[in-house]
Amino acid sequence: MTSTLTVTRLELPPSPEARLAAYALALGDDALILGQRLSEWIGHTPVLEEDIAIANTALDLIGRAKLWLELAGSLGEEKRSADELAFLRDAWDFRNLLLVELPNGDYGRTLLREFLFDAFEVERLAALARSPEPRLAEIAAKAEREARYHVARTGDLVIRLGDGTEESHARMQNALEDLWPYVGEMFLTDELDAALSGAGLAPDPAALRPAWERRVGEVLEAATLTAPSSTFTHRGGRRGVHTEHLGHLLAEMQFLQRAYPGGTW
Amino acid sequence: MVDEAEKEAAARPSLDEVRAWLAEVPDPEIPVLSVLDLGIVRDLAWDGDTLVVALTPTYTACPATSVIALDIEAALAAHGIRAIRIERRLSPPWTTEWITPEGREKLRAYGIAPPLAGVGVERLARLSGKAGGVVCPHCGSNETEMISAFGSTPCKAAFRCRACGEPFDYFKCH
Repeated sequence: MTSTLTVTRLELPPSPEARLAAYALALGDDALILGQRLSEWIGHTPVLEEDIAIANTALDLIGRAKLWLELAGSLGEEKRSADELAFLRDAWDFRNLLLVELPNGDYGRTLLREFLFDAFEVERLAALARSPEPRLAEIAAKAEREARYHVARTGDLVIRLGDGTEESHARMQNALEDLWPYVGEMFLTDELDAALSGAGLAPDPAALRPAWERRVGEVLEAATLTAPSSTFTHRGGRRGVHTEHLGHLLAEMQFLQRAYPGGTW
Repeated sequence: MVDEAEKEAAARPSLDEVRAWLAEVPDPEIPVLSVLDLGIVRDLAWDGDTLVVALTPTYTACPATSVIALDIEAALAAHGIRAIRIERRLSPPWTTEWITPEGREKLRAYGIAPPLAGVGVERLARLSGKAGGVVCPHCGSNETEMISAFGSTPCKAAFRCRACGEPFDYFKCH
């Protein structure tokens, strides 16, 4: 067995199946990496109910990742299992957004980051659930319901913490300012997005922004938080150019398969 | 002349019999419910002498899904069905509306408030203490409040009854 599975993609894949695989891989990586980040809180959250909630949310995300990665791995000539894709790729072969790989920070920051992603994810999944490509639509329809539940919870908690004490408000405002330069990446349209949306199979990410802004705007207003006006955005996740944080996350997530290649339960 | 296929069909248990056996297979997380009560068995069919069971997961990552598949195989094997193929069916996605009326009653008797049809998590919080809200499975009061959007499994939320003071699980509408 090889120690690293390479799927580096720098150009638009030529065939429709390869494009679908690349797209499913990015969807899976967003869910997998955020799920792994959230799972870091298990046993450490401020209250028991939150421990249960964040563990369940992480579980939903990892379940969602498994479906997308299974799809990605089933297409093309070389078949790969979801586990192989999750545990045997190195950082440059991950296609997740930079937003989801950032370290958690405090609990409020963790919830705010999840909320900013959830608000995007519900729109993306809702659009994909209407895709004429049934392999995308069936997973999206399944995941959309869970994502709606997530965004309701994180939105509620962002309001409670933003509009909470002086301390919690200040922390949430700081977190928002730190995270804001990463939100724009969600709405960038790369060649793959353009090809799939041009074919009517997937939404153009840019088109999801108004609905995201509406939801986020309402929650931030209720939370007495102010979104920065800057539109600068970091970018690179979709091309495999990541922050240094992803490597550290993978070192922990992939340790077992790296130390004991092929190990199974 | 007896056709080979007919002979084969005669030897196979009917799908109604299979269904009756599946009604005895409990959900591993909520053992008062059978896999049929939950509405996750979407189809049963014979493919030659292989029984094909189409299962849908409740939640994408429900850890019970693989245990349920094993339990179904074991239960059917005990009734002499050796060749079983379990197929995962994602579409249409599972909804709590597929829980049978008997299943809902079993949930209530077990201490889990059954899902309110069509009530998402935002409306749920606003329904606290009002008619049409979640009813305490212990005392029947609707003076209840949500403690947390998630409970002991992905499919449940944590509630408390203000009338009798007892905490309870609510099976989320999905």
